[in-house]
Amino acid sequence: MSIYDKTLHGQNVLGETSQTVSSQAASMSRRALLKGAAGLTIAFYLPRLAKAQTVVAQPETFAPNAFIRITPDNIVTVLSKHLEMGQGPYTGLTTIVAEELDADWSQMRVASAPANAKLYGNSIFGGLQGTGGSSAIANSYEQLRKAGATARAMLVEAAAAEWKVPVAEITVERGTVKHAASSRQATFGQLAEAAARLKAPTGDVQLKDPSQFRLIGHDGIVKKLDVPGKTNGTAKFTIDQYEPGMLTVVVAHPPRFGATVSHVDDGAARKVAGVVAVKTLPTGVAVYANGMWPAIKGREALRIVWDESKAEKRGSAELFEAYRQQAKTPGKIAGAKGDAEAALKKAGKVIEAEFTFPYLAHAPMEPLDGFMMWDGTTAKARFGSQIQTLDQGAIAGILGITPDRVQIETLLAGGSFGRRAQATSHLAAELAQAVKAIGPGTPVKLVWTREDDIRGGYYRPMFVHRLRGAVENGKIVAWSNTIVGQSFMAGTPFAAMIKDGIDPTMVGGAREIFYDVADFNCDVHMTDVGVPTLWWRSVEHTHTGYAVECFVDELLQVAGKDPVAGRLELMAKHPRAAGVLKAVADLAKWSDSKPAEGRARGVAVVESFESYIAQIAEVSVGDGGEPNVHKVWCAVDCGVAINPDIIRAQMEGGIGYGLGHILYAEVPLDSGHVVPSNFDGYRSLRINEMPEVEVTIVKSNEKPTGVGEPGVPPIGPAVANALARLGRERPRRLPMVRGTV
Amino acid sequence: MATYRLKVNGQTHDIEALPDTPLLWVLRDNLHMTGTKFGCGVAQCGACTVYMDGSPLRACSMPVSGVENSEITTIEGLAGREAEAVQKAWVARDVPQCGYCQSGQIMSAIALLQANKNPTDQDIDLAMNGNICRCATYVRIRAAIHDAAQSLRG
Ligand code: FES
Ligand code: FES
Repeated sequence: MSIYDKTLHGQNVLGETSQTVSSQAASMSRRALLKGAAGLTIAFYLPRLAKAQTVVAQPETFAPNAFIRITPDNIVTVLSKHLEMGQGPYTGLTTIVAEELDADWSQMRVASAPANAKLYGNSIFGGLQGTGGSSAIANSYEQLRKAGATARAMLVEAAAAEWKVPVAEITVERGTVKHAASSRQATFGQLAEAAARLKAPTGDVQLKDPSQFRLIGHDGIVKKLDVPGKTNGTAKFTIDQYEPGMLTVVVAHPPRFGATVSHVDDGAARKVAGVVAVKTLPTGVAVYANGMWPAIKGREALRIVWDESKAEKRGSAELFEAYRQQAKTPGKIAGAKGDAEAALKKAGKVIEAEFTFPYLAHAPMEPLDGFMMWDGTTAKARFGSQIQTLDQGAIAGILGITPDRVQIETLLAGGSFGRRAQATSHLAAELAQAVKAIGPGTPVKLVWTREDDIRGGYYRPMFVHRLRGAVENGKIVAWSNTIVGQSFMAGTPFAAMIKDGIDPTMVGGAREIFYDVADFNCDVHMTDVGVPTLWWRSVEHTHTGYAVECFVDELLQVAGKDPVAGRLELMAKHPRAAGVLKAVADLAKWSDSKPAEGRARGVAVVESFESYIAQIAEVSVGDGGEPNVHKVWCAVDCGVAINPDIIRAQMEGGIGYGLGHILYAEVPLDSGHVVPSNFDGYRSLRINEMPEVEVTIVKSNEKPTGVGEPGVPPIGPAVANALARLGRERPRRLPMVRGTV
Repeated sequence: MATYRLKVNGQTHDIEALPDTPLLWVLRDNLHMTGTKFGCGVAQCGACTVYMDGSPLRACSMPVSGVENSEITTIEGLAGREAEAVQKAWVARDVPQCGYCQSGQIMSAIALLQANKNPTDQDIDLAMNGNICRCATYVRIRAAIHDAAQSLRG
């Protein structure tokens, strides 16, 4: 029996009363075909329930496609193919469906879809099921509009048949299907059973004209579906999973990246009351216990000899020095126009800036964790899986079964910022290894401590940017940018993205800039370091955005231009970027207001994931030279705005996340050992350091794009550029504040 | 292993644990009260905030042996005007993002309002800066505390 034809239970992750969501009525075998967002045909294939299956499907559930379930209790449940880790897809995806369905918001619910790439693939991920790259709304908008419109058409058809009136005379409003002439009406719930017997319409369904939207783009009606459970403690995360007989596992990981277990003395560990077993896994030594505390104590009592012969032993100072040297030599050309070298040679004065970016941990509030049951033939995992298809494959490979025998129930994740989207599926793999080592029949919850998290690698890579530019007669005439750093794509299933030795996730935002410069060059060196790295909220734009926006600001300063007007002069070919820049300047009254005494404002504009964000930061310098950021104005163009308040929230959160790291965060290595281990050494932004934020959403009819990441990149350079206007140097080494923890 | 008698949210529980087991893990692993979260284990993040005899406490850093004669309150056991006002304000502002820190934030916010019905921004900074929110929902946390304070003042 495949997992695809199982009755899916509406997960209780939101802390609501559990409800059963039937994936398919027994009488239905095949359903509609719908075109996916990128013109990809996605088959809504919902196979017949297997004979052996004991779970009774509910024939009265209306399941028009893979995303929508309507039950007689008048509840509409949207199956989210995307992980909810705080960026709001549960609510956003549900809004899209509710809009086309003309549902009442109060009847809308959400549940997480099972792992099934065929039904729930992400067209932006090439069909893999996964969440990231700010793609949830972008790849679902058209798909879910059609899904909602199809369901609506079928409910109308069911009503027309029952009332024996023409379809065209029926209206739907806020969850009520009406025939005005005969004063008849019915709820979706009342029509569910009849609609479930209908065949889905083939061909195109009529979508609403955007002018008719009453949820999309509007404030006030839509409330975030996951908020109540996250306000009363009932929301369930991975760490909250308990099953009878479950063991909690913590793993002792190597002290240096690349080291392996050579010898284990677990005598003392096994004597800790509550410790049940100790097993060596490929990633370290696992302690199994009746709870987290004995597991932690057991781990502390282990005596492990590590083989460090292949371990990375360099420190970050050493690596930076090597990167800096490499940045002085030309790398592989990622983008070029004219002849930057010749223009620089010709120029009277070359302006040079070298920016260094440290390793950064994502440090989601919920450390990595996973729960799994394994009976020897099938595995059931529950965790905040961010790329379900890869995780499913990794688990299957380790347990020696086919992926369809690996069921993944995707739970709410306590943040990710990229950390749970693992090209290598290392967490799912460690979970599977832990389950395999203890053997079938024992449910396992693997939990990383904060120390495991901060010291566990998969960092935003270290980078050096070396920029050179020239200004003649008030004009930027040359620009050259050499980038040095690690590729986290290399050696993963995503390596195919590396073209001609250039990893686009190292150079995006730098290989092409908004600013028209006649002679331009961007080249890149890929380094080989044994520290595992990973995408981190807004990926390459965390460093390219900073380097480019600081440097253009510096060149404009030399040219005697205003930071906003000077940028706009060079942005003729980038109307959306120029649009947000103008919008933020208006919002902050850039030209006709002055910051308070001792404060200055800086600006930056960055596009990432096809969303355009400009920010202005008002900054002063506090005691001890720490920048104080008082207020941030932010303009965003993310195409059609689905949920304005979620967009604002993501801008606020992105600004806070970006600011905290640009100001305080780094993961230095000393001879290969990670120095910080917890929030006492890896400083996080706190409430007293959070600026006031004002957001404006630029009206747009472009297709909707993401907002989870794009709020992050502009804040760093906006702060740096404000510092420059206070007469300080733009910080070239990040974080701006060091050694204060 | 030793046996302890705990009073949590008005109920008495007899549990078995190592004496140095932090209250956090007793609440979670023994009592399966999962609203109280683990974020750091070293009193840095506030995700594990509970009340001991009415005052906020980092449950990750208090051994179970130290709370035997105390009244423990967790997010599951909240009651009273301040709790209602805070939770209502949190929902009205859609404060949570990932939500993982929010039990701790709410516990700290309620404790603040119990002591001070008219907190300034600085009072909020002082009361709340032990609670990290990696999603940086701080703007809304601050606004929701002001909303709740206002509703309490009537
Ligand atoms: S878990 Fe207790 S303060 Fe962080
Ligand atoms: S809401 Fe995610 S850590 Fe606070």
